[in-house]
Amino acid sequence: MTNNLLMFIYLAASILFILSIRGLASPETARRGNLLGMCGMMLAVGATVFSPYVSDYVSVIAVIILGGAAGVYFALKVKMTSLPQMIAAFNGLGGLSSVFISAAEITAGSEMLLENALGLIIGAVAFSGSAVAFAKLQGLMPSKAIVFPLQQFFNLVLGLASIALCVYFIIGKDINVFYMLAALTIVLGITLVLPIGGADMPVVISILNAYSGWAAVGIGFSVNNVLLIIVGSIVGASGAILSYIMTKAMNRSLISVMLGGFGSDSGSETKHENGGKTAKAGNPADAAFIMKNASKVIIVPGYGMAVAQAQHILKEMGDDLHKKYGVDVKYAIHPVAGRMPGHMNVLLAEAGVPYEDVFELDEINREFGTADAAYVIGANDVTNPLARTDSSSPLYGMPVLDVDKAKTVFFVKRSLAAGYSGVENPLFFADNTYMLYGDAKKVTEEVVAALEK
Amino acid sequence: MMDLWSLFTILLLSCFIGYFVVWGVTPALHSPLMSVSNAISGIVVVGALITAGVDYAGSAKTMGLIAVFLASVNIFGGFAVSHRMLLMFKKKNTSVKEEKKL
Repeated sequence: MTNNLLMFIYLAASILFILSIRGLASPETARRGNLLGMCGMMLAVGATVFSPYVSDYVSVIAVIILGGAAGVYFALKVKMTSLPQMIAAFNGLGGLSSVFISAAEITAGSEMLLENALGLIIGAVAFSGSAVAFAKLQGLMPSKAIVFPLQQFFNLVLGLASIALCVYFIIGKDINVFYMLAALTIVLGITLVLPIGGADMPVVISILNAYSGWAAVGIGFSVNNVLLIIVGSIVGASGAILSYIMTKAMNRSLISVMLGGFGSDSGSETKHENGGKTAKAGNPADAAFIMKNASKVIIVPGYGMAVAQAQHILKEMGDDLHKKYGVDVKYAIHPVAGRMPGHMNVLLAEAGVPYEDVFELDEINREFGTADAAYVIGANDVTNPLARTDSSSPLYGMPVLDVDKAKTVFFVKRSLAAGYSGVENPLFFADNTYMLYGDAKKVTEEVVAALEK
Repeated sequence: MMDLWSLFTILLLSCFIGYFVVWGVTPALHSPLMSVSNAISGIVVVGALITAGVDYAGSAKTMGLIAVFLASVNIFGGFAVSHRMLLMFKKKNTSVKEEKKL
């Protein structure tokens, strides 16, 4: 295969990758988009394997098949509720791959010292950061923010030391310094993610996603490959935009999320007076009665739904209300609900809720005023009206779902405890709110039983 | 071999393409976006293949092969899990038909 043909195939593959992301603009074209991405990858890998740069293609193909089989196995085995940690794990493997490539390049005597060092640093942080994110999401370690004294100072020192080692390596060309740099940046990745708590995971996963893209760009410079640069920067842009959308939906800066520790100081927050009111407990049968006589019900799912695996029974409830009682049922999703961008959408889709019934914050927020009932299941902070009214609240300015404007609000929750932010939700004490205490799945099952009576 | 400036030009232009294409993605598909982009970031396999594809054995080749393995897990797993996710996003054609009958 000539070099010109190889370059041409790389160009074709780049276009296929761009079209693949483009396909995700709508659920109708998304599957085709994914297929285009696979085609692009097959072209790029096939052309490289049979290019003059690769002479030992037997062992290379064997390893691809081995890795591919492992990847497909995990992808088919994973439960949809475990998707966030699955994506974190894959991200980490991509980062680790970049680490090995830059190490191999340096060992083989590559002269591109800066480029390889960058590929190494970004890849190593992506790898160990994803490993911590995976452990937190999988429940292997506590998902709350882990903070210790002088943590930010420690991270700063680690970061500066990495830069110093990087410069020292480029000047001295000493491979041992390169390995030290690898070790140091792996530690840096761990300490960067440790202080970030569970509900900030959508941002962390997006950032790590971006890193795996930028690592590919670094490798692209070191092996002088256009395809890696094009694809890597598109992935990097994707992760960067997702983290921007997520931080905006939380009304926090990227810096504040990265510094972490959010929500760990719960309790220090001044308690809001509830005007002597107590939260009213409702029961599932009453909820069923009110909802079946409603003309419009909006369901607001949150991470609690994912934990309780309540999406299937929730869809049954929606179907009953719509088909038996002619209620207009809609689902409202906050951008940061769950542990990764779009988490709730995937779970509802898994339960079989058609995507036309699922709405984003901006699309549906005005409709709460005309809704007879809102059914909030496993969400809390994203419905807190203080974000609109109380400028002293840490949530102030965060876009929230205006659940309080619905005529009746049902909160499916285990207790009255504050959400991740540590801020109490005054909505619990509102006149038109009924608390349905208990496990999200059990409560919804009881509502469905009452509806089907 | 391309010079640094050409590579930089390509990098910047690709960032613009990425910016516009990614903003076009519907928020409902942000999870698949992450897994698809994760899969295509496995494109580093091309760099890994070049370091692993040499004829002589050595530590560089071994590290290259490990990189090929890791990137392949990433690629195949990423596309497979995206496919699984995207299969679930369905239109409500059945209920529409029912409504028309009534």
